[in-house]
Order: sequence, then C-alpha cells, then structure tokens
Amino acid sequence: MKPQRKTEPEIDFNAYPDAMGRFGAYGGVYVAETLIAPLAELTATYLKLRDDPAFQAELAHDLKHYVGRPSPIYHAQRLSREVGGAQILLKREDLNHTGAHKINNTVGQAMVARHMGKTRIIAETGAGQHGVASATVAARLGLECMVYMGETDIARQAINVFRMKLLGATVVPVSSGSRTLKDALNEALRDWVTNVRDTFYIIGTVAGPHPYPMMVRDFNAVVGREARAQMLTEYGRLPDALTACVGGGSNAIGLFHAFLNDRDVRIVGAEAAGEGLATGHHAASLAAGRPGVLHGNRTYVLCDDDGQITETHSISAGLDYPGVGPEHAFLKDAGRAEYVGVTDAEAMRAFHQLARSEGILAALESAHAVAQAIKLARELPRDALVLCNLSGRGDKDVHTIAQREGIAL
Amino acid sequence: MNRIDQRFSQLKSAARTGLIPFVTAGDPDPAAMVPLLHALVDAGADLIELGMPFSDPMADGPVIQRANERALARKIGLTQVLEMVRTFRRDDTHTPLVLMGYLNPIEIRGVEHFAEEAANAGVDGLLLVDSPLDDAALCAQMQARHLHLIRLLAPTSSATRTHDLAARASGFLYFVSITGVTGAARADAAAIAAQVQALRQQARVPVAVGFGVKDAAGALAIASFADAVVIGSALVEYLQGSGGDTDVGARARAFLAPIRAALDARKAA
Repeated sequence: MKPQRKTEPEIDFNAYPDAMGRFGAYGGVYVAETLIAPLAELTATYLKLRDDPAFQAELAHDLKHYVGRPSPIYHAQRLSREVGGAQILLKREDLNHTGAHKINNTVGQAMVARHMGKTRIIAETGAGQHGVASATVAARLGLECMVYMGETDIARQAINVFRMKLLGATVVPVSSGSRTLKDALNEALRDWVTNVRDTFYIIGTVAGPHPYPMMVRDFNAVVGREARAQMLTEYGRLPDALTACVGGGSNAIGLFHAFLNDRDVRIVGAEAAGEGLATGHHAASLAAGRPGVLHGNRTYVLCDDDGQITETHSISAGLDYPGVGPEHAFLKDAGRAEYVGVTDAEAMRAFHQLARSEGILAALESAHAVAQAIKLARELPRDALVLCNLSGRGDKDVHTIAQREGIAL
Repeated sequence: MNRIDQRFSQLKSAARTGLIPFVTAGDPDPAAMVPLLHALVDAGADLIELGMPFSDPMADGPVIQRANERALARKIGLTQVLEMVRTFRRDDTHTPLVLMGYLNPIEIRGVEHFAEEAANAGVDGLLLVDSPLDDAALCAQMQARHLHLIRLLAPTSSATRTHDLAARASGFLYFVSITGVTGAARADAAAIAAQVQALRQQARVPVAVGFGVKDAAGALAIASFADAVVIGSALVEYLQGSGGDTDVGARARAFLAPIRAALDARKAA
C-alpha cells in the first residue's frame, strides 16, 4: 500500500521554499510592516550562515557535545510483538538534552541571534518544551529570555514552567483568546514588533513568516538526516513508513525532510483529533481545516465561515494549535504525505502500551505518533519497518495523565 | 472619484489636517454602532476607519484586542460590519470609510466576493495589517471596484521597501509612528518627522500617521508634518470607559472635539 506513488515524480522537495518563502501556495510573509525589514535581515543573515562552514561546524559540535546527538534508533521489539505487525523503530529524540527535539532548533537559532548581536531572546511555548529549550540556550549564552505561555498551558504544564524559571527565564502568562499556544504566539509577535531592534524571536515550530518555516526545518532536519543514515547502516535499507506527530509540525518535518525524495517511503503525520474529528473538539488543521492565513503564513487553519480562528482541543498542549507549518500544507496537497487524526484516547492507550512494553514514558505529543505507528504496523507485514519519531519524553505530562485518570498524586 | 480622494483634495485646498478616528465595529455596543459613526462625523472626522473584528489581532495592543474580543462575543463578523456600512451610507454619502483588519476573514469569504460586497455597501478602502505587497488577486479585485488598498509604512521600512510602497500607494499611505502595537506608546513626533516628510515628497498620495496618537497635543505634534492623524486605541478606550456621558455618540464627540479644535486652531494660526 503506497499511495504516495501517485506523487508527481518531477517535484524536487529539496527545492522549497522559493526565494519568497513559498512552499507552492503556502508559506510567505504575512506580517505587520514593522517586521518586514527585520525578517528580511534575518533571512539574509541565516542564508549566509547556512552556507558558512564555520557556523555549521560549530553547530555540529554543539549538537554532539551539548545536545547529545546522534540520538539512537531503538527497535521496540516487545511493542512490535504485541502489535503483531511490522517492526516499530523509535527515533529517540526524547534522549536529547532537555528531553525533546526542540533543542535542535533553539541551539541553532541562538547561534543566529548571537551573530546578529541581539541581547534578548523571546519565545512562545505550548507544552513548555520549546520554552525550556529556549531558556536553556539563553542561559548558556547569557541572554535575557522571556517566554510567552497561555494561562491554560501554564496550568497543565507546571513542571516545565518551573524548569524555565530555574533556568533564569521569565514566563509571561497570556490571558487573551483561548489562552493556549496560538495566543502565546500572538503575544510574542507583539513583543517582537515592539522590541525588534535588540530582540531575537526564537519561534519553536515550522510556522510563522519566512524564514522561520525554512530555518526551523533546517535545524530540525538533522533528525531525518541522522535517521536515514542510521537506517542504511543498521538495517541496510530505508524504512517502509515514517510517522510523527504534527502540531505546528517541527519534529515531523525534521524527520520527514531527508526522506521526501525517497518516493517509496510512506509518510504519515499524526494530528491531534482530540475527542474525535466529528466532535469539533480537536486540533487537526490539515485533516479538518482549510487554507487561510495565520501567524504570518498561508497554511491550513481551523476557522469558522467568518474567518475567525477557532479554539482547538488536545490533551497534549504541544499539539493544541489551529494552524500548521506551511510545508506540511504543501506536502498534503502534493500527495507526498498523509495527515490523519489520532484521538486523546488513542494517544493515552499508546502512552501506556509503550510504557509497559518498552519502559519508555513518551510525551503526550509523541504518544500520538506512537499510536499512529501501531496502526501502521498492524497494516504491514512483519518484515516491514515503521520509523516513529519519539519527539519528547513524558515526565512533564505525568500530572495531566494522573488528572485524566482520576489519580491524586 | 473615490470618496477618499475627494476628501483629501478638499483638505488640501482648505489647508486642513485630516482627522481619522478608528473604532472597532460592534464595540462598545453593536446597536449603537451606526449612530456612533455619525457622531464621529459630527465631531469632525474626515475619514472613518472601521475595525473588522478578528480572533487573532497580532498587531494590536490590549485595548483593541479586548474590543475585538467583545465584538466577537456579540457575534460581529464581516457580514455585520458590511451591514453597518450599508446603514451608515443611507444618511452619509460623503464621508470616506476604510475597513481595517486582518487578511484571513477576507480570504475565507473570497477576495472577489468581499470586494463586490464592500463596494456595494459603500466602503471606500481596505487596510490589512498582514497583507503582502505582492497579493495580486487582492490588488486586482480592489482596483476593479475602485476601492483603495491602503498600505502601511513603519519606522523600520527600508528605502527600497518605502519606494515600492510609495509607487503602489492607493488612496493614502498610513505611517505607523512607533515600532510597536496599536496604542502601546506615545508617538515621538520629532523622531519620525523627517521620515514622514521624505515620504510625502516621494508618494503621489497623502500620508496619514497613526499608532500612538492619544490626544490633542499628540495630534498637533504630528499635524505639522502629516496630511492626516489617526486616533484609535485612545478613542476605543474612552468609548469603553466609565466616565462621562452614557450615550456613546456624546462620548465620541466629547473625545474628538478638543482634538478637532486643536487641529483647526493650528491651521488658523
């Protein structure tokens, strides 16, 4: 079963975005005029650094010695046996410093910030993983750091809020709108518009205006590059399918990107279907949304007929976002990747199954990917390989899980 | 001739500085909205900016964010905004009106559909915070209906960018006086005077200045180098506040009267 075979063979997925920051019909720069010049400056700086061997060498050094890369690919044998289908392989981004893939991007952007002489870092965060990763790199470089976080997310991610404070960051509660990730992004953009001269905005996902979707992808693409080489070395071939969870989509594009031109590798993104796509209480922008404009780019969004962005729901704060990275929108339309919904309940089941069978507590975001890997494995023969991005560890989620299951800690 | 062009040409021949109040459609009271627009005209508004409520107003400060949230809570969307304009036009056929907001509601409605409805309702221009300069479909649809697509400039706009914006300007240019969100800080007239003056030399259209003008003194400082002054957050906050008259039209008049008087006195002097 390989529906991606229908993809037009002439598309070179490495050729995107174009010079205007567009991935086909998506991406671009849809921001207030004040940010046009700073974004152009950032694009020029980043493109120069991307081709600078010294910059790349320093980045590689930090990824090895500070982040702890490469992360292994782990063959989840007991889980695979339980499922009774294909072999499930986990790319262990949860083993990175700070516990998720987010650090790959913040280490890179912090280096760009330093090159630009910025003295202040701002970031938005949902689950708090990107906030922690930003606070971490800011501490290491001695930069002031403010993290915007929705009040709803602050309540459900108390451990990460405390971690950020321990790292010296200021966590700013956002009380507007739905008080989640999208509102934190709005507030961070407002801060940036106001303090653009000395402030670097580290966006945590592959959304936002150009160059962010490209830059954040590039910094996370180490995941897929590593994984592709590891597959060839350790298994002698590429996987049959890839899966990753998609909120904004940074860990997913990180894994997918190196495989986009490998047409035989099936690619499936798992969006948060919350209480079910039919209930309307979900965060599945690609599976259930439509093209629109949000947070500086054209992409799939969840909005009503009046164009108002709708409130989303997911048990996982990191997936609770009504937009998605424009490159994913492009891959969906091009037929190169499929995007499907995984419900809260399915993610919870996968969380427990992985914990009991393999001794790994996955982040609730990543549990969506594990659930999808289990579904894919069931459809495939035993000798097939499903590579799942285990994007983060679940320590931050134990309170949410306990609460959902009626357990007092 | 578009009402915006007409009005700026009148202002020029009278050597007056234009006064442009901004209000969010549906705030503070959807039922009192059309009387409020008329009251703005009575108080000396030369052009009205009517905010289209949006769920994620990323360029707006707390005052207009809250106004958006209140309006959306009262179910004011694009359909209701256009209806307000239609009603306003029954009694006022000469005051130019510009819709201001964000791109997504327009996109979802369909650019062509929106342009047609806006033109029929009596809208004269559209100002979108997050619309790119190269949005060909939007430009073409607006042009076809003789609606002005108003462009914004900021203190950070580069020389090349300023040149591009000035070349494509339609109706008037809106100079954002501060690097920040609406209503955040007081505009520093001295800091932007040279940039606005240079822009007026370069552009074929008038230049309005806004985003940090709060009162008569602030407006007066801007008036020495701009064709028009925009007042938004301070007015929205005053209309929402508890002091003064309970009638929202009377409040609008009370707020704008001293500003209008200051601008007119400057001209007389």
